[in-house]
Amino acid sequence: MAKVFIYPATSLILSDLVARFGHQPLGSAISIREHIQTPGFDSPPIQMTPDDPQKGLKWAAVEVPSGIRGRMSLYGPLVEEAEAAIIIDEPDLAFGCMGCARTNELLAFMLREKEIPRLELRYPASKEEGVTFVAAIKEFLKNLEVQQ
Amino acid sequence: MKPYVPQYVGTITKYVFVDSPDTTPQDIATAAYEIAQGVMIKETCFGCQITGSPEDVERIIAHLRKLDPYRIYVKDRGFPPGDARRCRADLGGARPGYLGHEYEMGLVRYIAYGLQETDRMTPEELKAAAGQEMSMPKALDIDILESLMKEE
Repeated sequence: MAKVFIYPATSLILSDLVARFGHQPLGSAISIREHIQTPGFDSPPIQMTPDDPQKGLKWAAVEVPSGIRGRMSLYGPLVEEAEAAIIIDEPDLAFGCMGCARTNELLAFMLREKEIPRLELRYPASKEEGVTFVAAIKEFLKNLEVQQ
Repeated sequence: MKPYVPQYVGTITKYVFVDSPDTTPQDIATAAYEIAQGVMIKETCFGCQITGSPEDVERIIAHLRKLDPYRIYVKDRGFPPGDARRCRADLGGARPGYLGHEYEMGLVRYIAYGLQETDRMTPEELKAAAGQEMSMPKALDIDILESLMKEE
């Protein structure tokens, strides 16, 4: 079982397909869960703490806005852990944790720089493209098993 | 700042989505309750949320997937149900994640068709299907853009 980073990291479709074909999807929920299940100090009204932008310094420079560094404190460890990646090119979906264009660019750049098997697709727009989309992911994940 | 004491430590939460003419979210929730054994199930408009130990949640999801294998989709959730930082009972309005789910749920009919078709394929056919080009949407023609700008 390989750890596969999914981009967009909040994608239902990618998360389901990766798990369905026997691998572990790495998405936002994994980091968020770890974050909110760790005791510490609360920083109302939401769950980010002043420590998070500092942790993000590992992946983004100090002059980069704190929003990007805060997000990278969630995604950075996942990218480091990833053994493969599936990337949707230019997804319309960019909400919540995925709502920062600069973080998304940095994330896609890090995944492309990292020497791991990578599949790049776009969302299907028809039934026929749905077959191609699923077949490409199935084939990619099957080849990961062979490599392991 | 105040000390933060987390709830439901050691549990995982998963969303179960259904988009099917044969299976309703109520069917999903009922089937999950039948084998819940103390696991927290929350029925929703799109399916349900399951919170419990990883083994229990996987057991229930494996059972639910059998109900409609191509049209049930599962995803991790970071927050447990009812968490005051995300629950719309506290915040009001749809929470941000629903907009993403709404967008992707519009596409799952293609995925369901793809799953069905690829299940019937031989390894050679699968390889051929995976190699198909997915055409990129055409960019707006520069002349059309120019004329639009002039119209403005």
